Amino acid sequence: MDIELLETGCKELRDRIAAGKVTSAAATEAIFGAIEKYDRVVGAYISTFKEQAMAKAAEVDEKIACGGRVGALAGVPIAIKDNMCTGFGATTCASKILENFHSPYNATVVEKLLGADAVIIGKANMDEFAMGSSTENSGLQRTVNPWDPQRVPGGSSGGSAAAVSARLCFGALGSDTGGSIRQPASFCGVVGLKPTYGRVSRYGLVAYGSSLDQIGPLARSVTDCALMMDVIAGHDPADSTSVDEASAPLCDYLAQLDEPVEPLKIGVVSELNAGAAEAVSKAVVDAIELYAKLGAEIVEIEMPHFDYAIASYYTIATAEASSNLARYDGVHYGHRTERPKDYVEVYSKSRAEGFGAEVKRRIMLGTYALSSGYYDAYYLKALKVRNLIRGDFAKAFDQCDCVMMPVSPTTAFRLGEKTADPLQMYLSDIYTIAANLAGIPGISIPCGFDERGLPIGLQILSPAFSEERLLRIARMYEAKTDWHQKRPGIIKND
Amino acid sequence: MGELQYRVIVGLEIHVQLCTETKMFCGCGLSFGEEANSRVCPVCLGMPGVLPVMNRQAFEYAVLVGLALNCEIARFTKWDRKSYYYPDLPKNYQISQYDLPFSSKGYIEIPLEPGGVKKIRIIRVHLEEDAGKNLHAAGNFSQVDLNRAGTPLLEIVTEPDMNSGAEVRALAMELQRVVRYLGVSQADMQKGHMRFEPNVNLIVTSSGTEHKTPIAEIKNLNSFRALERSVDYEVERQLDAFLHTGEVMEMGNKSTRGWADERQVTVLQREKEEAHDYRYFPDPDLLPVELSDEWLEEIRSRLCELPLKKQMRYVDDYQLSEYDAGVLTGERSSAEFFDAAVAAGGEPKRLCNLLTQVGLRLANEAGCGIAELGLTAENAAELAKMIESGAVNASAGNTILEQMAKSGEGPQAIAERLNLLQKSDVGELEALVDEVLAANAQAVEDVTSGGKKSKKARGFLLGQVMQKTRGQANPKVVSEILDRRLG
Repeated sequence: MDIELLETGCKELRDRIAAGKVTSAAATEAIFGAIEKYDRVVGAYISTFKEQAMAKAAEVDEKIACGGRVGALAGVPIAIKDNMCTGFGATTCASKILENFHSPYNATVVEKLLGADAVIIGKANMDEFAMGSSTENSGLQRTVNPWDPQRVPGGSSGGSAAAVSARLCFGALGSDTGGSIRQPASFCGVVGLKPTYGRVSRYGLVAYGSSLDQIGPLARSVTDCALMMDVIAGHDPADSTSVDEASAPLCDYLAQLDEPVEPLKIGVVSELNAGAAEAVSKAVVDAIELYAKLGAEIVEIEMPHFDYAIASYYTIATAEASSNLARYDGVHYGHRTERPKDYVEVYSKSRAEGFGAEVKRRIMLGTYALSSGYYDAYYLKALKVRNLIRGDFAKAFDQCDCVMMPVSPTTAFRLGEKTADPLQMYLSDIYTIAANLAGIPGISIPCGFDERGLPIGLQILSPAFSEERLLRIARMYEAKTDWHQKRPGIIKND
Repeated sequence: MGELQYRVIVGLEIHVQLCTETKMFCGCGLSFGEEANSRVCPVCLGMPGVLPVMNRQAFEYAVLVGLALNCEIARFTKWDRKSYYYPDLPKNYQISQYDLPFSSKGYIEIPLEPGGVKKIRIIRVHLEEDAGKNLHAAGNFSQVDLNRAGTPLLEIVTEPDMNSGAEVRALAMELQRVVRYLGVSQADMQKGHMRFEPNVNLIVTSSGTEHKTPIAEIKNLNSFRALERSVDYEVERQLDAFLHTGEVMEMGNKSTRGWADERQVTVLQREKEEAHDYRYFPDPDLLPVELSDEWLEEIRSRLCELPLKKQMRYVDDYQLSEYDAGVLTGERSSAEFFDAAVAAGGEPKRLCNLLTQVGLRLANEAGCGIAELGLTAENAAELAKMIESGAVNASAGNTILEQMAKSGEGPQAIAERLNLLQKSDVGELEALVDEVLAANAQAVEDVTSGGKKSKKARGFLLGQVMQKTRGQANPKVVSEILDRRLG
């Protein structure tokens, strides 16, 4: 096992491959070696494409050998969450209802990765249809936290985060509807960025909550996230909600990454920080202090409507989900019940058999919220709260450049600890969902470990379309710390 | 029971497919009877992960119809999801417009016999995507064809302002003419481009009390004739039912009936209207549409003179008959050809006769419109002028028009080639008349003496002149010369 090669970051690996110092084939081979060795325990991948990946690696190597131009992720093995459509292999959303579904097309981000010469190695496990905070809702398999196999990797992009953390890929794509990139990133000790809503195309991302979903990168450093953003960001004519580059110009996220943001004003809500577990709270406070030492000004801000975020989120997301998931009906594709007695049974039985408990719960909640007579009281009210939360952030960003807070109230919890109580699970999203409601970007970066040696994440939120500054702010901290370089004990150098 | 009177009340829900180049939210072309499921892509199939992108042309076509129907056009309109489960609906929701349709509060004027016009109010017009089709083939299963899924579809809802089957038919035909004029739909009822669902009931007055019969919605109508007949049938059926049962309209007793064309009756399909909850909510995948002044004006500039207005103008300004004006305005291209020929100096009535008599026949034979016969408006106008001036007679004019369509030559050249020109030169004809008078003293005598033979003799003299010119003399001119010479 070439640990040194596996420890390489995306950018460094790309540079070394492009310079001919190492081949993509070697890197891809090393990744598949690691997958073979560790993924039986970690369970990060639902499917892998070794043959295809090796072929792509060879193609990139040959291009380089012939002096051809290669893309920004030349030869770098990347994992993608299994809710992004690939024209190869299955796209399951970790659901039995799509277990054998083969998409006829590639998601825009998949096209972009391939266009940048990335090597797509596999599809990562997740909570079914991205509904969950622990990946325990996967209908297909279990993923554990590489730092402690008794614990969850977080979710819903748990497979992506675990794969990055366990060195089973160099970078991964996840999707974030209420924290599904940032929370698993923090639980697994990696960097995860949720871009501004509209910055990355959703075309080909299997929809959960359409007005909240956003694809973003997970990697082992801020630099690698910036590199991946350079590849996936941008307007897509196939996604009407992706923002055109005239109104929100694209940035080169890597170019100025190491330039500190000065002066820097950081907003904090002390009351919010205090609500987290002691170790988490302390790590976040320490991180903010480090920024202060680097010259940042810390200002206390208010988020008066933060407490209503969870209620608003679970109304809007489930309402949209109830409609988005209506198409999985056994008629057109996906699981179909055997021997239905009429077409209504094709629907009812196929769906009853195909969906897991949490998905059913959210479909029920959303259907209720949109029903005649309840719409105003639930869905419409939730939209109003959403506007208030947007207003809270708008006011906050008048006073500061970014807001810092924990990603999650706790570090990774034990498998099964919260599955019996969905509400407890929902409440663990308290710090992350406000960014989705407001549509703003947020990043999770490693900022320490708790007493059990579990990673803690610092969350930084910034105004819409300010990813370039957000990444630079995150990089300021990363440059002064080495939390992100720690690797989970599961990886042995042998 | 005293004197019984009743009034027929009909409102319409109308669906019109727009003939855009691509579907409402994807790049697939529209389907014209291709192999099932050949005009589809991941978007209109509702595959996981796909997103809709609004077809700008469809929206502009829709606004054009809204303007033609005198509607208020919303400057801010949005897309909503209408949820229901049906196999021909791939996403199990339809992208439609709920509380903010792009247009509302309009009206359409329909022609009524004889020469009258009636305004039918329009409640709203909105744009949506069509569903596919379920095919119930033989065997223990059904099939789904999604070629039609995603076709842009206008839904037009009228107020219940129609009071007979004939009025319903008149509206349908007028709407067809309007959307064809605008070029936004092929509007063929047989092919399902235009679908009408009348909601019919009666207000029966008996012994001074008004009773409303339960509303029936009629489906499965694929011709104007069926539309009219179904309403007329429904009127009789409801009246009969009311006299037998006395049932009146209440919440929830609206029924749905299908038209059985072979038996010419409506058949009950659903007794009670189901309480549908479509769970409408704004589609988060699509941005609301904001219609700027510039955009609206650009669309407005594509409006043309609408058929009924044209028809009335032909009657009022050119004194054409209602019937002829209706024929000429049946197709926009024919009417515009007529307009161009009038503008080129053709006398409207002469032109109308040429076009509705010979032109229409030729067009029907060729399976095209009058405007596609290969005639130029200038040539048609010239021919009308020739008839008007007496250079050719009306029957020769018809022959010439037919030749014009065949050869593309101008009317003068054809008239000369076929010797159809009439001699109207007074000097030349006077000389001929004088020759004839000199050679037929007896006949001159008979005319001037004014006896019993006078009329016959005059006819004989005229015939002699015509013979000398081999029929090409203008009889009117010859007759005038004879009158002068013979006093």
